[in-house]
Amino acid sequence: MTDAATHTHADASAGADTPARPKLAVWKFASCDGCQLTILNCEDELLSIAEAVHIAYFPEATRAVVEGPYELSLVEGSITTPEDVERIHEIRAQSGTLVTIGACATAGGIQALRNWADVDEFRSIVYAHPEYLSTLDTSTPIASHVDVDYELRGCPVDKGQLVEVLAAFLNGRKPRIPTYSVCVECKLKGNVCVPVAHGTPCLGPVTQAGCGALCPTYGRGCYGCFGPQDSANTDSLTRQLAELGMSNDDIVRVYRTFNAGAPEFEAASNKVAAGGAS
Amino acid sequence: MDDIRILAPSDLDTLIAELRERGFRVVGPTLRDETIVTGDIRSASDLPRGIGDIQEAATYRTRQRDDDAYFGFAAPAQSTKPVFFPSEEVVWRGKRDHDQGGHFTAERDTANASPVALLGVRSCDLRAVQIHDQVLAHRQFKDVHYTARRDGTLVIAVACGVPAATCFCASMGTGPRPAATDPQTGQPSYDLLLTEVIDGDTHHFVAEVGTDAGRDIADAVAASKGTAKDQAQAIDITNAAAASQTRAIDRNTVHDVLRASAESSRWEDVANRCLGCTNCTMVCPTCFCTTMSDVSDLAGENAERHRVWDSCFSANFSYIHGGPTRESLKARYRQWITHKLSSWEDQFGMLGCVGCGRCITWCPAGIDITEEAAALGRMSGLGSTASAAST
Ligand code: SF4
Ligand code: SF4
Ligand code: SF4
Ligand code: SF4
Repeated sequence: MTDAATHTHADASAGADTPARPKLAVWKFASCDGCQLTILNCEDELLSIAEAVHIAYFPEATRAVVEGPYELSLVEGSITTPEDVERIHEIRAQSGTLVTIGACATAGGIQALRNWADVDEFRSIVYAHPEYLSTLDTSTPIASHVDVDYELRGCPVDKGQLVEVLAAFLNGRKPRIPTYSVCVECKLKGNVCVPVAHGTPCLGPVTQAGCGALCPTYGRGCYGCFGPQDSANTDSLTRQLAELGMSNDDIVRVYRTFNAGAPEFEAASNKVAAGGAS
Repeated sequence: MDDIRILAPSDLDTLIAELRERGFRVVGPTLRDETIVTGDIRSASDLPRGIGDIQEAATYRTRQRDDDAYFGFAAPAQSTKPVFFPSEEVVWRGKRDHDQGGHFTAERDTANASPVALLGVRSCDLRAVQIHDQVLAHRQFKDVHYTARRDGTLVIAVACGVPAATCFCASMGTGPRPAATDPQTGQPSYDLLLTEVIDGDTHHFVAEVGTDAGRDIADAVAASKGTAKDQAQAIDITNAAAASQTRAIDRNTVHDVLRASAESSRWEDVANRCLGCTNCTMVCPTCFCTTMSDVSDLAGENAERHRVWDSCFSANFSYIHGGPTRESLKARYRQWITHKLSSWEDQFGMLGCVGCGRCITWCPAGIDITEEAAALGRMSGLGSTASAAST
C-alpha cells in the first residue's frame, strides 16, 4: 500500500502548482450499503476527508460523477452476478489503489450462505419470472476476482479504522490495523470476559479485532463481524462453544454469519456440520 | 516488637476518607459485571462486602458468602497492573512545523502523577508490582511514565484467608502472606498489612504496621492497639490459606525443566488447545510487553506515538521483515511459559510468575500453567513429583 500511495501522489500532483487531491471513488456490489454509510457517518472527519481527497464517484452521497482513473477506490459488496465480474475488472483497471471495505467485499458477506445452498431452487421459489434473473451460484469476495491492495474488515467497517486507512493512504504509511483477536481489545478496555465470567459463548478468541470489542463491552458474546484473526484456532474454540452448551447446529450458525465465506470460518463450520469438533 | 493494631469494619470508611483527604487515589477491589475487578474506591460501600469467588480453569463466578467479609475472595479479574502501566498511553505528540521546513516537533506526554493508595492488594499482586519495579524502574533506563505513577504509592495490603482453587502463590513463595520487605530493594513491602478475622461474632482486621506512613494512617483512624496474640491469629489464617492451595509449581526445578524442554512434544498438545487469544498475558500481573504504534491524522499535520500492551501470543509481536519468527501457536506458548518460569530468572533474577492463577481462570480454553509445567517436568524427567498439580 505504501508504494501505491506514493505513486498515486506523484501522478496526482503532476503539472499542478499545489498537489492535486487524489481522486476517490466508492463502489458498490452486493451489500447493504452499511459500510458506505459508515463513511457518511464520519461526521467530524468528513470535512477533513473532503479536503484531503477529491470525492469523484460516490453515488450513495452525490450524483456528480468525475471520470476516472481514480487514485483510490473503496469497494463495498461481494460478487454475485456475471455483470459484477466484468465491472470489478473495469474498476480495477481504473484504480490506483483498491481497498475493499466490509465483510461482503472481504469474505462474501451474509449472502455467501448461498454457497451452501441450491440457488436455482431459491430463484424458482422467490421470483415469479426466474428466467429474467442472471445470478451466480456463489457470493465471493473481491479478492477472488482482482488484485486488492488492502482489505478492511468488519460488518460494518469501523469508522475509526476507515479514517485510519485513509490517513495511511494519504501519508504513504502502513495503516495501524491490528490482526490479533478481539480479546486484546476486550482486555485493553478492562472488560470482564463473558464466556469465563458468565458462561456466554463468544467468538472473540478467533475473531480479528477492530470493533473495540463492542459486544463483550455490553455483556454479549462476539459475533465474529471482523472475520478470522491471523492465528485463529477454530478447532479449540469449537470445543469451548460445545462445552458452554451450544449444539452443533448452533455452532455451525455462529460460524456462518457475516463472514461465512472467510476460509477459516467456512472450514470450521463445515467440520462441525460434518459431525462435530476434531 | 511489631506494631499491631486492630481495626473494626466500621473503621474502613474512616480509613478510605482519610486516604482521599490526603490526596490519594484509592484503588481496590469492587464488583462490576458480576465480577470482582480492581477499580476506584470512594467509600467502604464500593468494596465487595459479603461476596466470595469461585475460580477454576476458564471459569469465574462470584457467590454470596454467609458473612460480611470485605475481602473474602482471591485475585480480582485484573491486578493493579493497569494502574501503573496502562494498556495504552501516548509517549509523544508531534506537530508539523511549517517554519521548520515541514519537520515535526515532538512533545513528550507527561504521566498523570497523583499518588495511589492500593487498598486490599493481595500478596501475589504486590510481589508483581515489585517485579515490575525491577523491570521498569530499577534498570539502567527508567520508564519515566511508570516511575511517575509509582512514586508515593501507599500500600495497604490484605493477606488472603480464602485462596481460589487457581491460586498457587504458596508454592511460588509469593503469598498468601506478603514478605515484609521487597527482596530486590530491601524496602518495606507494605505500609499496612490487614488480615480479616471473622470468628463467631467477632469481625475485625489485624493491622500490622510496616512503615511510618502506615503508622501515621493507623493513628489517624484511631486504630486500637493489638497484641502478639492477634498477630499469631493472623499468621494462622494465612498459614491455613497456604495449606488449602491445591495447585503448585515446584519453583526449585522449574527453571531447568523449561530449559530442557525446548523440543518437547508437549508443545504440540498445548498448541491444539491454545486459541492464540492473548488473554493469559493480558491478565498476568507481571507481563509487560508493549508495542509502539504511530498514527497521523488525515492532513499529516499531527502525529502521535502510542505505547500499547502487546502479547507474545499475537503473530505480529515477533514480526521482523519477511514474517513473524514465532509463526505457530506452539512456538508462542513455549515462548510465554519459558519466559515466565525460566528465562525471566536469567534476565531479572527472579521468576516471572507470582502464582496468582489468573492465566488459568481467564484462559477461555482452560489451559493451566501448573498442569503444563508439571507435564513438562514429568516428560523431561527433571521435575520433582511434588510439582504435579493435584487437579
Ligand atoms: S469476552 Fe470474548 S472477546 Fe472478550 S476476552 Fe472474553 S473471549 Fe475474548
Ligand atoms: S503466569 Fe499466570 S499465575 Fe503466574 S503471575 Fe502470570 S497470570 Fe499469574
Ligand atoms: S495467589 Fe495467593 S496472594 Fe494471590 S489471591 Fe491467591 S491466595 Fe491470595
Ligand atoms: S494459553 Fe489460553 S489465554 Fe493464553 S493465548 Fe492460549 S488460549 Fe488464550
